[in-house]
Amino acid sequence: MLGKIWNWIDDRSGFSDVVMPMLEHVVPRDARWWYVFGSATLCAFIVQVLTGIALAMVYVPGGDAAYESLVYITHDATLGYLVRGMHYYGATAMVVLAVVHMTQVFLHASYKYPREMNWMSGVVVLFVVLGMAFTGQLLRWDANGVWSVMVAAEMAARVPFIGAYISQFLLGGETVGGSTLSRFFAIHVFILPGLIFAGVGLHLWLILRHGISEMPKADQPVVPETYKEDYEARLEKTGVPFWPIAAWRDVVFSTLMVAVIMGCAIFAGPPTLGPAPDPANIHTNPMPDWYFWWYFAVLSMLPPELETYIILGMPVLGAIGLFIVPLLSNRGNRAPSKRPWALATVIVGATAFVVLTIYGYRKPWSPDFDVKPLPPEVVRSKDPGIQHGAVLVREKGCLYCHDVDGFGGHRGPELSVIGDRLDRGELVIRINNGGYNMPSFASSLTAEELRLIVDFLLTRTDHPDTDAGEDKSD
Amino acid sequence: MSDSPEAKCPSSDEDRRGFLTKLCLGLSALIGAVITLPGVGFVLAPVFARPKQVWRKLGKLDQYEIGKTVSVEFKDAVDQPWAGVTTLSGAWLRRVSENEFIAFSINCRHLGCPVNWVADASLFMCPCHGGVYYEDGEVAAGPPPEPLARYQVRVTDGFVEIETAAVPLTTNDRV
Ligand code: FES
Repeated sequence: MLGKIWNWIDDRSGFSDVVMPMLEHVVPRDARWWYVFGSATLCAFIVQVLTGIALAMVYVPGGDAAYESLVYITHDATLGYLVRGMHYYGATAMVVLAVVHMTQVFLHASYKYPREMNWMSGVVVLFVVLGMAFTGQLLRWDANGVWSVMVAAEMAARVPFIGAYISQFLLGGETVGGSTLSRFFAIHVFILPGLIFAGVGLHLWLILRHGISEMPKADQPVVPETYKEDYEARLEKTGVPFWPIAAWRDVVFSTLMVAVIMGCAIFAGPPTLGPAPDPANIHTNPMPDWYFWWYFAVLSMLPPELETYIILGMPVLGAIGLFIVPLLSNRGNRAPSKRPWALATVIVGATAFVVLTIYGYRKPWSPDFDVKPLPPEVVRSKDPGIQHGAVLVREKGCLYCHDVDGFGGHRGPELSVIGDRLDRGELVIRINNGGYNMPSFASSLTAEELRLIVDFLLTRTDHPDTDAGEDKSD
Repeated sequence: MSDSPEAKCPSSDEDRRGFLTKLCLGLSALIGAVITLPGVGFVLAPVFARPKQVWRKLGKLDQYEIGKTVSVEFKDAVDQPWAGVTTLSGAWLRRVSENEFIAFSINCRHLGCPVNWVADASLFMCPCHGGVYYEDGEVAAGPPPEPLARYQVRVTDGFVEIETAAVPLTTNDRV
């Protein structure tokens, strides 16, 4: 009976006639574990589509209710916690896997003839995926999400001539408001996914058309004139059907990946919602999701004159640069051992990413508003003047940026032994005039306050003797 | 004309095909335009609309202490009921003298993050990339290229009023 039903379906749909041959297309037999990242990216996308649809059935894309609906999804809705978590880690997985997949393809130069367009369509999809990650973060619509919209609008406003129009398009007006979230929602659930579907469709079609590339061999450079014939001939001899001889690795790896997503969703849960986006409650520290931290670090380190160029230029040049890779060279060696520059690019890129990410996470780029008063062990003085100076160092904001024996922010230079480096006159000048990244305090400190602060700072020396400051204070 | 003129009259068939191709493409383009243009206009409208800015009441004059900077919130010019709290804007308001107020935008001029007023240090500080402003809004340190934007403030009938304004985009030449 079941067999009959299947036969009917198979006959009318053409599964065995049309789909099976595609699944069974012959692939090089050496396509081993290296090749599992692309299919895993696709699998992560499927996770996103399914969990995303589920979330959209409860999520309310309106400025007034979005936050509440997310609180509901996270805390009350059946399995809401899990679904939101899966959507979040699925997004991370998708970004990571897409980048890993691309790195592998780049290292093996699989983008060379005749697969130039495979690479190009992949680059487009990659940027759309990053757009998904970014718009998704805004849909959280907590204070962090709302302020991220502002940052996005400000960045867009830097585009010459039409910047203001772009950012008003994003905001849906002149301020963040009712229209803003609806726009991001529509972009996140209709426009970008549509582009991904189209891009992935093209990408898959191209894979079928040109076949999966072989593992690069040092003695097998790509010669476009003869490549297709050679490839066919080799496949004929050594190829295996994709389904199931090669596909099982993809399935195993995807299973693992889904298990990891699920595990993270169960044990770590979705990202915590920040405070509601109340514009009067501005004690928020907008921070992007981790895969953008490196960019955050770059933005904070740039000299202002370069900033606009980098904010706009880096993504554009990055996109163009990646896009045209196969046009720069589509023949010749594929083996990494013969392409040292490619290897170097990957190593330098990966190192920069890791270093900047750690930097962006660790280094507080901003004043630390939560510093505690200096405890007595750090002040190390019974002199009331010195103690008062220590209090002022916090009150006047010095500690927001400067560290004293482990207390305070790290935006500015550490002051733990500043007494060894600068004398009274120099300290007074620095505090009064400010400097490269330090405000001038001339107008906000009285002479007395300045004296007390300097007295305290002069006790910060390498040879802490408990009452070092006492004689210096007068 | 008969339905199968191939044998007799190949060139007129070619004409016919050419005509039908053009007809299909032309009509498809027309359909495309008709179904997308209204939507495009609808979506782009806010980009070109200039909402009229309005004065919003903040509070009684005597609520504010001379010399103090406090955070205030008020509704934007366009106040859509479904915007919830996001219809609100915030500002830092300082009573300078008996009748004089200054209001600073909370948006950092670097990339728009919300600046905090640190009263003891008399500085506005931005949590994002370390932008710092003096009490008059001038840049003290960090990446912001311009001083904090200001709102218009006035006192009428014992109430402090603030005029709504667009978000101060660093490069917005139209505001
Ligand atoms: S947004 Fe304020 S310093 Fe960058």
